[in-house]
Amino acid sequence: MIYFDNAATTWTDRAVLDTFVQVTQQFGANPNALHARGHQAKKLMEEATLQVATLFDVKASEVIFTSCASESNNFAVQGLLKSYPHRKKRILTTPLEHSSLSVLWKHLAKEGVEICFLKLQEDGKIDLKDLKEQLKKDTLLVSIHHVNSEVGIIQDIDEIGTILQDYPKTFFHVDGTQSVGKIPISLEKIDLFSCSAHKFFGLKGSGCLIKKESVHLTPLIFGGKSQSPFRAGTPSVASIASFAKALRLALFDLEKKYQHAKALEQRLLDGLSQMEGVVLNHDEGNSPYIINFSVLFTKPETLLHALSQREVYLSTKTACSESGASDALLALGKSEKIASHSLRISFSYQNTIEEVEQFLKILKETLDALNLKKGAN
Amino acid sequence: MERVILIKYGELTTKKGNRNFFIQVLEQRIQEALQDVSFHIQKDLSRMLLFVKDADLEKAIEKLSCVFGIHAFTVATIVASQKDAILEEVYQLVKEESFKTFKVEVKRSDKKFPISSMEFARDLGAHLLKNLKEKKVDVHHPDLFISVEIREKQTFIYTHSYAGLGGYPVGVQGVGLLMLSGGIDSPVAGYLAQKRGIKLEAVYFEALPHTSIEAREKVISLARILAKYQNEIKLHVVPFTKIQEEIYKKGKKEYTITIMRRMMYRIMEALCKKQHAKCFINGESIGQVASQTLSSMEVINQVTSLPVIRPVACLDKLEIMEIARKIGTYETSILPYEDCCTVFVPKHPIINPTKEACMEIEDALDFEKILEEVIQNTFVIKVNSQKEKEFENLL
Repeated sequence: MIYFDNAATTWTDRAVLDTFVQVTQQFGANPNALHARGHQAKKLMEEATLQVATLFDVKASEVIFTSCASESNNFAVQGLLKSYPHRKKRILTTPLEHSSLSVLWKHLAKEGVEICFLKLQEDGKIDLKDLKEQLKKDTLLVSIHHVNSEVGIIQDIDEIGTILQDYPKTFFHVDGTQSVGKIPISLEKIDLFSCSAHKFFGLKGSGCLIKKESVHLTPLIFGGKSQSPFRAGTPSVASIASFAKALRLALFDLEKKYQHAKALEQRLLDGLSQMEGVVLNHDEGNSPYIINFSVLFTKPETLLHALSQREVYLSTKTACSESGASDALLALGKSEKIASHSLRISFSYQNTIEEVEQFLKILKETLDALNLKKGAN
Repeated sequence: MERVILIKYGELTTKKGNRNFFIQVLEQRIQEALQDVSFHIQKDLSRMLLFVKDADLEKAIEKLSCVFGIHAFTVATIVASQKDAILEEVYQLVKEESFKTFKVEVKRSDKKFPISSMEFARDLGAHLLKNLKEKKVDVHHPDLFISVEIREKQTFIYTHSYAGLGGYPVGVQGVGLLMLSGGIDSPVAGYLAQKRGIKLEAVYFEALPHTSIEAREKVISLARILAKYQNEIKLHVVPFTKIQEEIYKKGKKEYTITIMRRMMYRIMEALCKKQHAKCFINGESIGQVASQTLSSMEVINQVTSLPVIRPVACLDKLEIMEIARKIGTYETSILPYEDCCTVFVPKHPIINPTKEACMEIEDALDFEKILEEVIQNTFVIKVNSQKEKEFENLL
């Protein structure tokens, strides 16, 4: 099997799963229970929370565990809108957001929230001049996808954060789902940060929102005391412990993993650029973990299924998107044809150069075969 | 590259007869504090020289900042005792510093060095003025004070000095037992006692099931912070419940706390004897609560002949809190777990108890046997300054 769909999800690391199983079996009590077993579970939960906080360089009280990044994104935006009802409802964002935000934007727009999309440069990065123009003193929120999940465009979070320092009333939310464990992140200038463990070999159903102390969020889920006062529900200690473990492993040797991904990227781009009918939708500054390309002469689903038969797995657009053409590619000014024929390869550090070589061979054969059929028709 | 940390002794230099002993204990404390750092020590007449690798420097500075008995220390660069090498190194050392005025002081313990101290200080000053822009010499109030010590083979160059904690090396005064509750005052009292050279063992009166395990862990966390100053602390956990229940059942309500404190003092005295401790220490502050009025102190104190050290007796609550914040115990101390002193508090504790009333109440209690049993069942937890990673294999 060649698994090149790591941006959709990764396969849970064995060590992370071991933690989940052991904690489930040994720390089964409710961490909010007063008895000794509850106390044990609570201690483990606190230790795990502290580990996550330390790895992100924030305070333990700023870590809120959620069910997924979609929940974190929704919580950050909706919680903020509810907490600051008297502020002007103006949000600056990009057309490159994950569906958990792009769909939410449509919904909020109907409710009267002003959603402003920032201009993108040719390479997909936010036009910072436009950001400065659109920013008003009373803008409530700037919400940015750090690494876009379809095309892998990396936004300059640090630079944007610096610009926002002059706007003390504007909150800065970053969706880091595709960047944690892949590129270095500093949360120093960020108020709210979403991510999810299953993108870095953790478990599905295990997300996180970092909420700085200075930000107030009205909960989406009300109830009794939990891991965090901002989200009710019995905490899953096993989930939280495995999140902490997955994060530690993900951030280990980050630079080495990145260089490895660079090598995979280079080999793949070399191969793809020599294939007829393949258009690369990838810029040099993009994440090496995500490579988007279009094959114009065949339907992407057909190619996907053909590759799937040979146990090669990649995706058309993101697993979460709903419409036909890729919104991200359209936003980048690509033609309708390119946007509706795109495919995405997403690596993890576990992929190898041999797999890339093997993939290029299989892709070539598959494209040749599809081309032949097309010719016969 | 190797650096040398020059350690100036604290108050101990004034104690002539005990000097060598004090220095020996200080060296021991430094050895313990720097157990993760490779270094070697030389002792000068008035200082200790600690040679460390560059890579270990930061860690060494951090650890030395927690050793009592050090007045101040400086980090010096080492060069060969040759004129040109010294000129170059001084320039390299200060060129990135931000200052307007400076002064160079040269000391020459190696009188064979061909240039006199005064002359060489002038040479160095001239060298800096030539190579650095817009700097001036100010011999009275310089922004930057550059010290150069020329020794036989090596020359030490240094500018900044770090303040030490002062006080005496922990242990020169022997052992004292600290009554450590979960509150704000007792950890501060412990810290201040350590400062005067007392090596601490801590005593925690536990009232399970009226108090929780979390309360005990809070006390362990506090002991861990104090352990930074002496490597390890023995925490004696006293199972106190039986005595409290006996007092509560048979005693007069308003005397509950007075009698309880007298029992604690009796246990402290017994534990001190057992541990060869010369005193015990607590966080009492005059007038803060009913059991800390002078009258209460008098009546409570009558059950022991040992000195009871109350380092924060004359400090205001705000002053105590300030020290607690400085040493990092405050955040832990304010965690909301009940301790044994808060579970059996009467509504109106007596402010002016009398000895006679206490004795009358105690006569009705069968406390001697219970005390013996309690002391027998007291157990020790050894607390290190490093938090053990309990869940390391899971996380």
